[in-house]
Amino acid sequence: MSLIEIKKLSKTYESGEERVPALVDVDLNIDRGDFISVMGPSGSGKSTLLTILGGLNHPTEGEVVVDEIPIYQLPMEKLADFRREYLGFIFQSFQLIPYLNVIENVMLPLSITEKSNREQLIMAGEILERMGLKGKGKRLPDQLSGGEQERLAIARALVNSPPILLADEPTGNLDSKTGKEIMELFKSLNEEGQTIVMVTHNPENVAYSSRTIQLRDGKLVKTT
Amino acid sequence: MKLKDISINNLRRRKSKVLFLILGLTIGMTTVVTLISITRMMNEDISNKLDEFGANILVIPRSKDLSLSYGGLNIGGVSIDTQTLEDSDIPKIRQIEVRENINTVSPKLLGVVEIEGKKILLTGVLFQEEVRLKKWWKVHGAIPKSRDEVLLGNEVAVKLFKNTGDHLAINGKTVRISGILDETGSQDDFLIFSDLGFVQEALKKPGALSLIEVSAFCISCPIEEIVSQISKALPHAKVTAIKQTLQTKMEALDHFKKFSVGISIIVLLIGGLIVFTNMMASVNERKREIGIFRAIGFRKSHIIRIIFLEAIIVGFIGGMAGYLLGLGVSQLLGPILTGTRGGNISIDPFLAVGVIFLSVTMGILSSIYPAIHASKMDPTTALRSL
Repeated sequence: MSLIEIKKLSKTYESGEERVPALVDVDLNIDRGDFISVMGPSGSGKSTLLTILGGLNHPTEGEVVVDEIPIYQLPMEKLADFRREYLGFIFQSFQLIPYLNVIENVMLPLSITEKSNREQLIMAGEILERMGLKGKGKRLPDQLSGGEQERLAIARALVNSPPILLADEPTGNLDSKTGKEIMELFKSLNEEGQTIVMVTHNPENVAYSSRTIQLRDGKLVKTT
Repeated sequence: MKLKDISINNLRRRKSKVLFLILGLTIGMTTVVTLISITRMMNEDISNKLDEFGANILVIPRSKDLSLSYGGLNIGGVSIDTQTLEDSDIPKIRQIEVRENINTVSPKLLGVVEIEGKKILLTGVLFQEEVRLKKWWKVHGAIPKSRDEVLLGNEVAVKLFKNTGDHLAINGKTVRISGILDETGSQDDFLIFSDLGFVQEALKKPGALSLIEVSAFCISCPIEEIVSQISKALPHAKVTAIKQTLQTKMEALDHFKKFSVGISIIVLLIGGLIVFTNMMASVNERKREIGIFRAIGFRKSHIIRIIFLEAIIVGFIGGMAGYLLGLGVSQLLGPILTGTRGGNISIDPFLAVGVIFLSVTMGILSSIYPAIHASKMDPTTALRSL
């Protein structure tokens, strides 16, 4: 049984009387430990696929089953709990909380768990060290470099040890050198067993993944 | 880290915006505290002034029959078997348990005399007490200073064709008219006022009194208690509260209280509106951040709790600041409005707690819609990049 099963997934956006198909009949299985790159031109449905996988966007048709849970049959608040337990999200443009310092940003997903402050600090400290951000815990996000902010975003996504990491253009705002460092990090996480689904424009990033899917006009056209 | 830390950190690092939020509540609470404090000062002042303005208790001799009277004055020769009041009753009134509430004790002896063929009511008073009681008296001339001087009511002067400085003969004694009262519209217009001792001699009733008018302060002690104690001290007397005076006083105070409440409500509503609009603006500014929270697994209830926690903190600070500012403003304005000297600032813990509770409640109520609006934000729309 695959970790993620996507069956006949379609998403149509309605704008007034206009209906725009973002995804059309997508079937996809993702196993534990997979590192999937999702590629395609602008408007191909990459981000839509990621948001649907992330439990943030109800499909018009089809089903998404994660770890045998049909996530879109869950009530709204249970879907929020699912996101907390199963997913680590790395957003485009980092999306860090500007008034929380580094360690507070990392602990954000833990703030709604039952873990004590002490446990949270230990978990956050470990992941920050892993991400090379040890000693920068008291800094605010705008006091970090682009690469450091990306690492912080990854740390926040991983602090709860989620089974699935979803990344939307993780190197989009970074220079090539820093971008390579981030992709190396992803590779090493995947080698440890982390399942990763990454949306990217950058063909160089594809080399780090185990499988690539191509979308065009909302349809899955190629899997390599 | 807990949700409260998110709220506290947001407030700490967005000081200027938070300050504006607090300002709305502070202005509201300052107004409420100022109005309540000044209302209390004015209540006390008005109440005391009204207590001093005329009698509110009447002491008359106990009688078996209903007496014909106007304004409590018993017209002699109508009632029978009437007990009398005497000079010695005056200090007994001043010695009751709640004597600190007794302001003025004004005894009177009334009797009919014939002057130049006309029957006129002669009233013996202690002028010092009578003038304190009847602050509305306006005198052309002067208040009598000796036993051979009298004060005429306006109608009496007209009836007798007399002016200040003229003389009268009362029961064989010649007296000088030291002054004439301006028209009062009361029974005083029809009386001749003279020294109590002189009238007791003239009417051949040494030490006798017809009635005693008392003005008492009733802000701190109910009038019924004062009446009861005077009754016990003077068992031969009938002691009653003059309801009409009391009712007028209570109505005046009541109007003032309603006015204060009305103003307070208006100001509170404005303050609440300021908080509401600021909270809505704040929530709209934080769309992205709320989208992040929702995307990483925060429930709607978590978002609402964050917003409410911020409202509670802001409400608490606004309430404290409003209370302290309100105290200061009322100490400045109070003496000006009441014409009294300002006293020391006194902390009323009940008012402080009440104001802080009100401020926090207002903060929460004003944040309900913004919090629900925030919790319903679609994460993908909020984040835009997705």
